[in-house]
Amino acid sequence: MQEYEPIIGMEVHAELLTESKMFCGCTAEFGGEPNTRCCPVCLGLPGSLPVINVKAVQYVVKAALALNCSITPNSIFHRKNYFYPDLPKGYQISQYGDTPIGQHGWVQITVNGATKKIAIRRVHLEEDTGKLLHVEGDRSHIDYNRGGVPLMEIVTQNPPPPGLDQIQSAEEAKEYLVRLRAILTYIGVNDGKLEEGSLRCEPNISLRPVGQIEFGVKTELKNLNSFRAVLRGIEYELERQEKVLLKGGKIVHETRRWDDVRGATASMRSKEFEQEYRYFPEPDLTPLRFDAQWVEEQRKALPELPDQRKRRFIEELGIPEYDAEILTDSRPMAEFFEEAVKLSADAKSVSNWMMGDLLRLLNATGTEMEQSKLTPSHLTEMLNLIGKGTISGKIAKTVFEEMFGTGRRASEIVEKLGLTQITDESELIPIINQVLDENPRIVQDVLGGKDKSLAFLVGQTMRYTKGRANPPLVNRLLRERLESRR
Amino acid sequence: MILSREDVSQVAFLARLELTDEEKDKLTGHINNLLQHFAKLQELDTDAVEPTSHVIPVENVFREDKARPSLPPQDVLANAPESQDDCFAVPRIVET
Ligand SMILES: [Zn+2]
Repeated sequence: MQEYEPIIGMEVHAELLTESKMFCGCTAEFGGEPNTRCCPVCLGLPGSLPVINVKAVQYVVKAALALNCSITPNSIFHRKNYFYPDLPKGYQISQYGDTPIGQHGWVQITVNGATKKIAIRRVHLEEDTGKLLHVEGDRSHIDYNRGGVPLMEIVTQNPPPPGLDQIQSAEEAKEYLVRLRAILTYIGVNDGKLEEGSLRCEPNISLRPVGQIEFGVKTELKNLNSFRAVLRGIEYELERQEKVLLKGGKIVHETRRWDDVRGATASMRSKEFEQEYRYFPEPDLTPLRFDAQWVEEQRKALPELPDQRKRRFIEELGIPEYDAEILTDSRPMAEFFEEAVKLSADAKSVSNWMMGDLLRLLNATGTEMEQSKLTPSHLTEMLNLIGKGTISGKIAKTVFEEMFGTGRRASEIVEKLGLTQITDESELIPIINQVLDENPRIVQDVLGGKDKSLAFLVGQTMRYTKGRANPPLVNRLLRERLESRR
Repeated sequence: MILSREDVSQVAFLARLELTDEEKDKLTGHINNLLQHFAKLQELDTDAVEPTSHVIPVENVFREDKARPSLPPQDVLANAPESQDDCFAVPRIVET
């Protein structure tokens, strides 16, 4: 049977966190009543002139540098001409050809222990489009509030230049987006919200027979609003294409929409006829010129990036690579971790609780780290209680859930729910005597040398104390009491 | 002849211009005349000249990232050929 290998390209759009729009003073904030954030410039009214938002340019330079790109010394804007009413001007201001702000970069990803440097072809600046709302009768409604919001586009390079890699699986595509999102949120140029569409990814996917150099026909995927959708959508599309090819069919160059409920992609429009956008340099805007020294200053001013932080967690705090990768996937996660380590010093315990119970609870409740009621000091206070022997590790799990749910302090929860560990022998001995009285056969087994059966007696004691007994103490007392019954 | 009549039809379509056959013939002649002037310019040796995107030597004209009040909604929609529910209304669009 013919075998195929996937080639995946990623086109990511990130709305920039500026106060105002790209070429006018309308607010760029999300939301607002329809068409209340519009002016002559973003409505394309005759006689209006755009002026470049300097912050947006600085943000794209910052992002391009963080993505290991070189900065194009002379960068210009272009008009992309088309008659779709998502922009009222009849064109979108974008950057075309070989003068995007950033070029030739890479993002490092690690999937199943293997590290790849995914090649980035370009990072450019453009304006977002308006929103097409519901249809009433034979009319579509348009809200131009988002029209003109600064938008950064980041495109991967297939095939990659020597020394760099391309994305070849759904898992790698997801990981690329995770690390890209981490970088953009670390440097503070984008809020990373896939669900709200402020970070959008449109992968293009193709299969080629193994051994063939030329790429197959690709399809583009839209409507991937979560990391899970990215993973499932690409997996689905790869399987669909393989089935078509194995049956001797042909892939059509088209855009397909992912339906998260049905778990399938469906054709939106054919792309057999390439659109003619008739790009030309935007005459209303001046070219951008970046001074080499200024670019160097920007590079030096970059904050610590996810990969550097990951290295530091591994090298200075002794965190395993896999854990360090996950802890640095989001800035709030990494900051929680650092704060907790400062308070507690035991980095490994902090990491274990975060990787285990915290991630599980965040996922189960659909909570973002930054919205969580749990603070680093909540966690470190609880770790102290375990350290002092006030609570057992097992009880701590209950305490942790309670802290996560209510935001109350560990000591308060322990007191209120009576979860303090029993370390007092006189309190435990009557319970142990009761357990031994109730299980004469097991007692005989243990005394007869069947040491394994002791675990059952420990378990019973823990049950009667609702898990509050100190396990080493229970063990010692059980052995003593057993001996006295020999 | 640089552009054919079909090329002119395609350009007209992209610009959403409806032309009669007569106009297409006329414009094919006009545009080709223009292009012949450019063909003459093409004869110049420009190998040593950087591509020019802008003719005025001005760079890096920026505005500060400050939000300012937008237009009142009634003004925003004042020039809309059609509006409904505070929105621009256009002929129904198939989602793309
Ligand atoms: Zn505006």
